[in-house]
Amino acid sequence: MRISTFFYTIGQGFRNIVRNKWFSLASIATIGACLFLFGLFYAILSNFEHIVKTAEESVSVTIFFQEGTSDTRIAEIGEMVSRRVEVSKVEFVSAEEAWAGFRDDYLGEYSDGFTENPLINSAHYVIYLEDVSMQPALVTYLESIVDVRRINKSEITAMTLSGINALIAYVSLGIIGILFAVSIFLISNTVTIGISVRKEEINIMKYIGATDFFVRSPFVIEGILIGVIGSMIPMGIIYIIYNQVISYMTERFDMLTQLLEFLPVEIIFQTLLPVSVAMGVGIGFLGSIVTVRKHLRV
Amino acid sequence: MEVGNEIITLENVSKAYATGAPALNGVDLHINRGEFVFIVGDSGSGKSTLIKLLLRELTPTSGYINVMGYDLVKIRHRKIPKFRRNLGIVFQDFRLLKDRNVYENVAFAQRIIQVSNKEIKRNVPSILATVGLAGKYKAKPRQLSGGEQQRVALARALINRPTILLADEPTGNLDPKNSWEIMKLLEQINENGTTVLVVTHNREIVNSMQKRVVTMKKGIIVSDEEKGGYIDED
Repeated sequence: MRISTFFYTIGQGFRNIVRNKWFSLASIATIGACLFLFGLFYAILSNFEHIVKTAEESVSVTIFFQEGTSDTRIAEIGEMVSRRVEVSKVEFVSAEEAWAGFRDDYLGEYSDGFTENPLINSAHYVIYLEDVSMQPALVTYLESIVDVRRINKSEITAMTLSGINALIAYVSLGIIGILFAVSIFLISNTVTIGISVRKEEINIMKYIGATDFFVRSPFVIEGILIGVIGSMIPMGIIYIIYNQVISYMTERFDMLTQLLEFLPVEIIFQTLLPVSVAMGVGIGFLGSIVTVRKHLRV
Repeated sequence: MEVGNEIITLENVSKAYATGAPALNGVDLHINRGEFVFIVGDSGSGKSTLIKLLLRELTPTSGYINVMGYDLVKIRHRKIPKFRRNLGIVFQDFRLLKDRNVYENVAFAQRIIQVSNKEIKRNVPSILATVGLAGKYKAKPRQLSGGEQQRVALARALINRPTILLADEPTGNLDPKNSWEIMKLLEQINENGTTVLVVTHNREIVNSMQKRVVTMKKGIIVSDEEKGGYIDED
């Protein structure tokens, strides 16, 4: 291909957008609306996932040991537990640390009467989980360890968080499914409009002897450009809205933000931006290819 | 294969559409390089089907078609653009790109065959001058009269120096004065060596120009005369 032909093709792609401005606007609006909804749900679901993840990280299982269990055996149990796939982190709390913590939290100045550690058998491990849904499997394992005396766990918290996780997965799948169906419907309508606008032009090009590539290229470039614009506009809107909503919630619901930590917009956009642009380009590319391909057999 | 001086060959060509009615029925036609041929006939006589077959817009149901050495029955899809670049085509409804000006409409045919910008800038004004539109290169098709639009279509058809010019009712939308001007241009093009096929209903032009006339009726050729005339329908 000549350089002049290459630049001509690129130029035609840009000019096509201006020439068929209503069609271009309709396409940009279609892609933009779908990606706006996608971005919105992505931002909401990412935050939900983040909040659940943060809550999960604080869920732990505590194990205490039989009286007289040696330090070596306790260390060995610690090693065994930390090797489990369910476990993300294991913290050892010695009997002295357990007493010190209890004393500070509950007794304060009244602890002076104690000369010995009353919690001498209270050395324990605090075990944090990779995923709260794995808690029952870990507890079964811990119960099988000979020198373990007691296991403290919060089943309700674990089950609730597991339930929320499953719900988020189902909601995400459902929303993605609905958006996909809506996108296909809207894009096929837009493409149909495009076909009627372009039919004559494509026919003329083919009669004069244009190759499929020459006919297709400007339309494909146009489709990609529409996809890029159609993805950047909703991303810009989401960026502004997201920051506004977060700052509004931080100001108005101070209590809420102490409990829940929202993701910064930069973290959301690290994934959302490239995925949305890729989707926009993909939709634009496929839309234009399909439209033109239908009319190349002239 | 192109035989001798023959540039268009149709042998026993039939074309039936999905409805079953035959549009062409066993047509034989041989046209030599440099000829000027009128194809005439009523609506439904098969003229348009014939032009579509010559453009390779359609394939025949049976028979053999060879144009400029291309076997149009066996030609591969990817070879069709190259084949069409040797044809100039003019339609009754002009078929110009409405959003582009006269210059761009004509230059477009050169861009397709990847002529350099420098050459396009030289060739387009020259061909526009030939068809008498030198001063209107910036105008959009809607700003031109029917006759002027047909001249643009003619310029576009000629700029790549085609071996054959196919004109499908080129004067169908024109007044008598413009019709004659277009026909004079076609004759001039033919005198320069291009084979010209004109499908027309224009009795006066056919009878006046004294060229070869192929008359079609109900899908067959009923008459083929050198220096013929328009046969009146009974």
